Amino acid sequence: MKLIDQSQSPLNILEQVGQDHEGPIKGYVHSVESFGSVDGPGIRFVVFMQGCRMRCQYCHNPDTWNIGVGEEMTADQILADAQRYKAFWGEQGGITCSGGESLVQIDFILELFTKAKELGISTCLDTSGGPFTRDQPWFGQFEKLMAVTDISLVDIKHIDSAEHKKLTGFPNENILDMVQYMSSHGDDMWIRHVLVPQRTDFDPYLKRLGDYIATLDKNVVQKVEILPYHTLGVKKYHELGITYPLEGIEPPSADRVKNAENLLHVQDYTGWQNWRPRPATNA
Amino acid sequence: MKQLDETKVPNYWEGFNGGDWQEEINVRDFIEHNLNQYDGDESFLAGPTEATTVLNNQVLNLKKQERANGGVLDADNNIPSTITSHGPGYLNKDLEKIVGVQTDKPFKRAFMPFGGIRMAEDALKAYGFETDPAEHKIFTEYRKTHNQGVFDAYTPEMRKARHYKIVTGLPDAYGRGRIVSDFPRIAIYGIDRLMEEKVNDYNLTGDGEMTDDVIKLREEINEQYRALNDMKKMAKEYGYDISRPAANAQEAVQWIYFGYLAAVKTQNGAAMSVGRIDTVIDAYIQRDMRLGKLDEEQAQELIDHLVMKLRMVRFIRTEEYNSLFSGDPIWATLSLAGMGNDGRHHVTKTAFRFLKTLDNMGAAPEPNITLLWSERLPEGFKRYATEVSIQSSTIQYENDDLMRNEWGTDYYGIACCVSAQPIADGVQYFGARANLAKTVLYAINGGKDEIQEAQVGPEYEPITSDYIDYDEFMKKFDKMMDWLADVYVNALNVIHYMHDKYYYEAAQLALKDTRLNRTFATGISGLSHAVDSISAIKYGHVKVIRDENGIAVDFVADNDDYPRYGNNDDRADNIAKWLVKTFYNKMNTHHLYRGAKLSTSVLTITSNVVYGKNTGTTPNGRQKGEPFSPGANPAYGAEKNGALASLMSTAKIPYHYATDGISNTFGVTPNTLGHDDETRKDTLVHMVDGYMENSGMHLNINVFNKETLIDAQKHPEEYPTLTVRVSGYCVYFADLTKEQQDDVIARTFFDEM
Repeated sequence: MKLIDQSQSPLNILEQVGQDHEGPIKGYVHSVESFGSVDGPGIRFVVFMQGCRMRCQYCHNPDTWNIGVGEEMTADQILADAQRYKAFWGEQGGITCSGGESLVQIDFILELFTKAKELGISTCLDTSGGPFTRDQPWFGQFEKLMAVTDISLVDIKHIDSAEHKKLTGFPNENILDMVQYMSSHGDDMWIRHVLVPQRTDFDPYLKRLGDYIATLDKNVVQKVEILPYHTLGVKKYHELGITYPLEGIEPPSADRVKNAENLLHVQDYTGWQNWRPRPATNA
Repeated sequence: MKQLDETKVPNYWEGFNGGDWQEEINVRDFIEHNLNQYDGDESFLAGPTEATTVLNNQVLNLKKQERANGGVLDADNNIPSTITSHGPGYLNKDLEKIVGVQTDKPFKRAFMPFGGIRMAEDALKAYGFETDPAEHKIFTEYRKTHNQGVFDAYTPEMRKARHYKIVTGLPDAYGRGRIVSDFPRIAIYGIDRLMEEKVNDYNLTGDGEMTDDVIKLREEINEQYRALNDMKKMAKEYGYDISRPAANAQEAVQWIYFGYLAAVKTQNGAAMSVGRIDTVIDAYIQRDMRLGKLDEEQAQELIDHLVMKLRMVRFIRTEEYNSLFSGDPIWATLSLAGMGNDGRHHVTKTAFRFLKTLDNMGAAPEPNITLLWSERLPEGFKRYATEVSIQSSTIQYENDDLMRNEWGTDYYGIACCVSAQPIADGVQYFGARANLAKTVLYAINGGKDEIQEAQVGPEYEPITSDYIDYDEFMKKFDKMMDWLADVYVNALNVIHYMHDKYYYEAAQLALKDTRLNRTFATGISGLSHAVDSISAIKYGHVKVIRDENGIAVDFVADNDDYPRYGNNDDRADNIAKWLVKTFYNKMNTHHLYRGAKLSTSVLTITSNVVYGKNTGTTPNGRQKGEPFSPGANPAYGAEKNGALASLMSTAKIPYHYATDGISNTFGVTPNTLGHDDETRKDTLVHMVDGYMENSGMHLNINVFNKETLIDAQKHPEEYPTLTVRVSGYCVYFADLTKEQQDDVIARTFFDEM
């Protein structure tokens, strides 16, 4: 697999981002979208953060991989922009940080979410958990972040660590550890799983994932969602001149989606319907 | 609540709450005293009866035959259509609960020469019919039409503006439409009472001093009186006596429909609105149900059969007309729900029943269902409405709070596509649109038309430099708008004078107050392209490329990253606000026919395709001949920040200056709204709520995948009832021209990232 920039391959880059700043922290933003309705509860203003170390074979935003590039923005700038859409958010909506991988820029996200909660804006973190570690000082930042995060969308790419590594370049132990942390600390989440024929669409693994999710706190897991793989990202690969690893793989059939939903017991997780954000921190 | 005063006549009113409406013609007051609010969900609704299904299949089959026959099944060529010109016609007399068709047969189009004989003849010819020679002689030699009157008075300048299409769609050869009659009056009062009122008004018109206004009004009241009398005769042919009030729900619906039928038999207006009838019909249904005379299935059947009739209304049009307003629309616009001035919502079970027709009889473009939306409408209704939108893309949403506030009444209806009109005493003189994108080019080219290179506007100095200087351009543009406002408004003055004289809407105006508040409705097309062009000139450093005659035919912006309308960027959006206000103020300096108040719209219907076809390359990079974006929508491809940013830009256009309506046509794929039905409904509810909270005025919502449209274009037979919302109305996709289908496919669809 060809990467955009070998010098920025996942293993070369450690905690470079969001450090050594003066004045307000700036985040590297890939783009924003005013109308996100599948990126957490309600209608949400989505901030796509730049940078991700994982190289998921089905990633449909390869243009968000590079770390340390993109538009530099402060939390205040983003929130001023987002708040113009407040009237559309209803009781559930707000902002979502997606990516890329938001947690790559954890200091910035922490500042953004802290300020958002002060303004009474609901916060949602879309993450695949890759950067999660219990090492300090990162873990301390993560704990603070969870205190100002209303809900997380956790994408479990694969339940089997070896398979996870094949699919994304990384094992999954730390990711499942993060899920465990959220479950035991009452941090609400949706769990999502991308169903890819020939990659993740195998009954034994799906069943294992379903069993794993069932061990989590039912009051925390608000929703479990199967996301059928789609080919919308292919064009971007061609534009970027990267080989598309899933060339020729078609989206899963409706039957296979249904099957996966059954194996993950999707219908058992209904908390999302009446979910409400936590009250503002200063309320 | 006041009890009904039994001495005030008929027992037809027994069971209703009394009020001022008994003393005077006042439907609004009737509604206020007899409103049955409903806060629940759709679970009470009934499916179609067997009769409904049989009749509906008959209608669908006729529609199929009509399509196979090239668009028109049958047409009259020798009976000028009047209220009483034809005997009764039926689909199946034994099964129809609501009866009446325009001619003697369903789907047979009427001969309507009063707007213009040439147009009527061309329309017949377009579908292989010949006008009866006797009729030709009558309407060319003995009886002048509206069209001839207009052309007798047009100035050469007006003809030119029309010919070179800087103004397009002038109703100078057919009905101007856009009158929302107070049809429920017939049900509540009966025709005799309405005739009495007209006599009273007549006797109180003028003090003997015969000024033009007095003479005109006295003549008009007499015409209205006769039209009311004719309505009675027409109803009698169908076996009904509408001289008296309706005695039950079936009669109430039938009485209302007879009023509408009289309107569509006498006028071929571009828009023949139904108005606002849901709460009154609901009061009658509710009363019958209380008496045990009607159950839900029967109530739904009445509504289904009424809607079926509205779906059958047809006019025969010329090819030119069809290219402007594609898909055979008649704008039987039906307004539902809304809020009362007293803070109560006007959602009744009957508003649900009207929506249910789309399920019971399948999707269809007519009637043009319009929800008068307020954030305060009950949740159950909002969610059902969005469900219907997601399934059929047939609904438009309009901001009730904004309109009530601007028009000062809660008893208004939507005329034509999106324009509010007080039902009891409002009337609108409508006409056409001024092409502001073309005006930008006229300013650059010194009044020369960029396509045909003729001098159309005043011969001002063109811009001759390589790069367009913003200040120089703005001065020239301002002067060119002055000219356009002048010629446009005055052409309309001519049209409305002649329309009153030769094609007066006696039937429709008989069902309104005699003393009217008039609106002079104008329109703007090409707003987004004019705005982006001005922004390009201001921020983009635009170079002009000219042909050998010095006409600007292409433009290059050195900095292509200039702000564009549709991104919630004030730099561009303020240009849009400025432009609408400025053009309004310029038109407003002129005399307006009969003391009307000026209104304007940012609405193109499907004419955005024709306007674009007749407009050269614009400085924003839109190529010669390419369609404009519809209505107030941003230019295709200009929107970079997603759906809400786009909506926010449109919402900034000030309604106070565009009270005729600001249309936004929104397309989105189901998966962008959410991954499941409940989320999709939630998303749409919040989207509409948010748009309206930000003073957005109108929203057409289309929910489907682009692939569906592409497939429907290839295999129309597999999608006979696929409906789409275009600017201000709804249409069967299969009935659009190829060009317009392409345009709908090219429109911005908000899709997943």
